[in-house]
Formats: sequence, structure tokens, C-alpha cells
Amino acid sequence: MSESEVRKDGVHGARPDREALVGKGLPGRGGGGRGRRGRRGGRGEKAMVPEAEFTSYYGRPVLKAPTWKASDVAAYLFLGGLAGAGSVLAAGAQLTGRPVAARALKISSLAAITGSTAALIHDLGRPARFANMLRVMKPTSPMSMGSWILAGYGPAAGAAAVLDATGLFPRLGAAATGAAAALGPAVTTYTAVLICDTAVPAWHEGRREMPFVFTGSAMSAAAGMALAAAPVRETGPMRTAALLGGVLELAAAKTLEHRAGLAAEPYKQGKAGRFMRAGEILSGAGTAGAVLLGGRSRAAAALCGTALLAGSTCTRFGIFHAGMQSARDPKYTVVPQRERVNAREAEART
Amino acid sequence: MGFFTDTSVCIGCKACEVACKEWNSVPEDGLEFTGMSYDNTQQLGADTWRHVAFIEQSKPIGQAEPGTDHGGSPGAASDGGGTDMRWLMASDVCKHCTHAACLDVCPTGSLFRTEFGTVVVQEDICNGCGYCVPACPYGVIDQRKEDGRVWKCTLCYDRIGGGLEPACAKACPTDSIQYGPLDELRERAALRVEQLHGIGVEDARLYGHDPDDGVGGDGAFFLLLDEPEVYGLPPDPVVTTRDMPSMWRHAGVAAAAMLGGLAAVFAAHGREGGAR
Repeated sequence: MSESEVRKDGVHGARPDREALVGKGLPGRGGGGRGRRGRRGGRGEKAMVPEAEFTSYYGRPVLKAPTWKASDVAAYLFLGGLAGAGSVLAAGAQLTGRPVAARALKISSLAAITGSTAALIHDLGRPARFANMLRVMKPTSPMSMGSWILAGYGPAAGAAAVLDATGLFPRLGAAATGAAAALGPAVTTYTAVLICDTAVPAWHEGRREMPFVFTGSAMSAAAGMALAAAPVRETGPMRTAALLGGVLELAAAKTLEHRAGLAAEPYKQGKAGRFMRAGEILSGAGTAGAVLLGGRSRAAAALCGTALLAGSTCTRFGIFHAGMQSARDPKYTVVPQRERVNAREAEART
Repeated sequence: MGFFTDTSVCIGCKACEVACKEWNSVPEDGLEFTGMSYDNTQQLGADTWRHVAFIEQSKPIGQAEPGTDHGGSPGAASDGGGTDMRWLMASDVCKHCTHAACLDVCPTGSLFRTEFGTVVVQEDICNGCGYCVPACPYGVIDQRKEDGRVWKCTLCYDRIGGGLEPACAKACPTDSIQYGPLDELRERAALRVEQLHGIGVEDARLYGHDPDDGVGGDGAFFLLLDEPEVYGLPPDPVVTTRDMPSMWRHAGVAAAAMLGGLAAVFAAHGREGGAR
């Protein structure tokens, strides 16, 4: 299905990726190649970073993109955050005499952690494979540490929800609530380390901000859940938490996008860019609405809560897809590494 | 033990690809014409443990004169009657890094370091989480779609355990793939680079031979005739678990910020019916 045509004076209309691009600055094809041209920035969008000059093997990716499915793993990231932050909010609500919010959050945390475990098992393929996760304990593997965190957190969150709903063993219920709240922040943040401990440029280069994006996003989602599920008189702290989470999520994500250089480009483009922008708008609107109107009407609070949940979901999908995009384009792997090598060589010469 | 792949003598016969598949019973991985080059294997993957890259360049090699008539070859340019085109062929393989990211992140201990210093997947323990796939800075290890588990070069663990050289090295007709103790291979490689520089192949360089690089040196290293990225290799790969302590620290700070922040929020609001 080639559209190129061979004539006496050469090949016409050949595919742009056909020839391997020779190292730039070397004799032969001076200036080297530019890799996949015209793939982006075509819709009058202003390029944030100048088009990178680099060479690659027929434009093929250097890295293997994660084999994870967005519906499983991006959902897993969102649900883990919702569960973890929800448990902390539930404990706070319980301690300050807000029983309806506390119960709603405990139930949502149980549901979310069950859902995230189901997503994880679905991604593994067979339930029996989850047992292998607890075969070793490896601090160098965030997934191993995460499995152990979940093994502790899951039963605690489950007990907290079931004992609250049934009213049985209140002391044990309080202990479980406390345990879930203590492990909640770990459940929320370990997933950030999980994705950043990969060679995927958009994730690894954002490793400093990612835990804060995840924490903010999780707080905003859990607060949204409480706003949607609890009466207005109980959700005062949730509205403040939504503000805190929204500001943290947005500030950390913006810092990431500015600091990570070329590796941050995927957060602004394509599918990832659309999810990130949608997340910003929904979180922003949800936060503003929650603070301004959430205290007055139950309906407004529920609407804002839903927007916060949707915003957090969009952010997680945006982060997931940004990683995929950055792994599929060799530019994001080669250009920063080449700059590093050149800088090192320049330093060695002086 | 390890591999030294001297791409300057690779003839692109793909004997290594075939020998690897035969010995390790690696399934067929799709017979497709990609239209991108003569390289229809495309890349390393779950079912391709050796991959021969074909790079078509307009650049002279060594002291060959560009524009020299090579006997009226079909690609000859019309002006000088010659061509300055060259082929680079390179057999790629798992690098068996000294600091292997795939091994570090594997949550089950399925990936392990053998007594030969190589990195191998135990297929009966691999649970298909796929974490090693994006962790590899070289894009080597991959998941086999049918069974969900990951596969890659074992450096013929079974053969070297029995005193044989790996199938690819055995099959290589030009000794482009050499197997042996790494120190000895590095010595041989340094000599070869010197020899090539001596005959005017200035671009000859080693890749992955330095034990002080971002992955602690590769158990499989290469002699290349151009920049690594031309071959689809990363110019400066780094084992990402190197940043592990800093990443856990940042996560810890974020977790503490969440606990502290929310505690402050509840403290400020007080009991229900209190402050607000």
C-alpha cells in the first residue's frame, strides 16, 4: 500500500520515516533528521518546546510502552487515591462527630479498594497471580511494597466499613478506622512512586511532583465523595479539604509541566492533554463551587462533589496517557539523554 | 559472562535470530512486511530475543571514497558513477545490565541474577504484572500477548550452564557475536576499536562497556559505527531505581502533608455544630 513511486530520477513520495536518520553533525546527511514530522502542532497550536532535533531508528520507539490497559491501571490509580484519602477523611469525620459523612466515606473506601484490586487482578489476567505478589517483600519494587500496603489496608478499610454499617463491636470499628486512616496516605502516594520508577520519560521526569499531584487529586476526590453523600451540615471540613486538594493537585501538576522540560510535553498534547485540561476544569469548577455554594444547598454540593470526582479521574487518565505517549515517541527518550551525553562530553573537554 | 557484539563485521544474515528461536523454542512473532526497511523483525520483543537492525545510510565507511564506482551497482549516483551509501547491521539483544531495572522492580522475584551475572525470568513465577516492561531503559523485555507473561533473552542459561556458548554466538558466521568472560571481552573490544580507528573508521565506538555508566555496565555490550540512537539504542540509559530513595522520600512528604493538612482542617472546623 505504498504511495511512493520509483522514476528514473529517483523515488518520489516516499514515506518520511523510510530512511534511518544518520547522527547529526556527522558527515553525510548534515543536520541529521527530525524524526516524525508534522505529527503534532498542526492545528495552530503553539509549540511549548522547540521541535527537537534527533535521530532514531526509523522513528521507532526506544522504550516498550507499558502493557497496562488504561481502563485497569488508570482506574486503579484513581480508586486507590479515593480509598486512601477517604479513610483519612472518614477518621476525621468520626472524631469530630460527623457520623453520616464518616460512614459514607468508609463505604466508598471499601468499594474503591475492592474495585482497584479487581482492576489489578483483571490486568494480571488470573486471580491466582495476585498471590505471587506476596511472595517477596522488595523495597526496590513499589509494586511489591504496594501489594503489602494493600494487604494491610484492605482488611482494615473493610472492617471499618462493615463494623460501622452494622454497628457491631464499636471499639474494634474505631481501631479499624484508625488503622485504615494511618495506611490511607501510603495507599494514596505509593502509586505515584510506582509509575515514576520506570523509564517512561513523562513519569520518571515528574517523580518529584507526582506524589503531590496524586495526594491532591485523591483529597479532592474523597472530599467530592463526601460532598455528594453527606448532608451539608457535616461537610464543612470536606469543603476545605476539597480546596486544599484542588490547589495542591493543580499547583503540583503545573510545577511538573514546567519543570520536567521536554518530558512534560505529552501532558499538553493529544489524548493526555485533553484529559489533563478536562481534569483542571472539572477540579477547578468543583472546588470553586464547593467553597462558594456547597454550604448552602445539598444539590449544589452533590453536583460539585461529582465534578471533583470526575476531575480527579480525568487527571489520572491524563497522567496515564502522557506516559504512554512519551514512551511511544523516541524523541522523549533520545533528546534528553543526548543532551546529557553532550553536556558531559563538553565538560570533559574543558 | 556476557556478549560482545562487534557490529562492524555483522553481515545481517540473521542466523542469530533463527538460532535463538530454534534453541529456545520461541514462538513465531508475525510474518509481516513493514515497508520501513529490509528489517521486518522490527524490534526486540517477547518473541524476538535477538534482533538484527538494518540501517541504510548515505555515509562512507572508513577510508572508502564516496563516489567510488563499485562496478555499476544499481544504487550508483549518476554524477560520479559511484555511491556513498552504506549499510550498518547490528544484532541487538538484552543487555543483562549490572543494575537491572527489570529485576529491581519485579514484585514477585521472578526475575533473578544468575551465577553467571546474567538476568533471567523464571516463567513459572512471573505473574504478568508487566512492571518490568516500562522499567527497562532499553525497551527489551516484553509481554507475550497469549499468556500475559514476560520473556526475553536468557543468554542461553541452559547452554552456558552446560559449558556451551549461547546459540546466537555459536551460529554467528563472522564472530560478530562473541561470548565469554566480560573482562576478556572488554579487552578484545578495546583492541578492535583501536584497530578500526587505525584504518580510518573514526566513528567506531563501544556502547555499554563502561561499568560506571547509568546501568553499571552491560553484560552484553556493542561496538557501533554510529551514535547509539541510530541503532534504536538509548544514548545514556539509567537504571531508574537509582532515584528510589528520593522517590520514597517525596511520597513520604506528600503522605505526611495529607495527614497533617487534613488534621489541621478538622481541627479548624471543630466538632459538628461547632465553629461552622
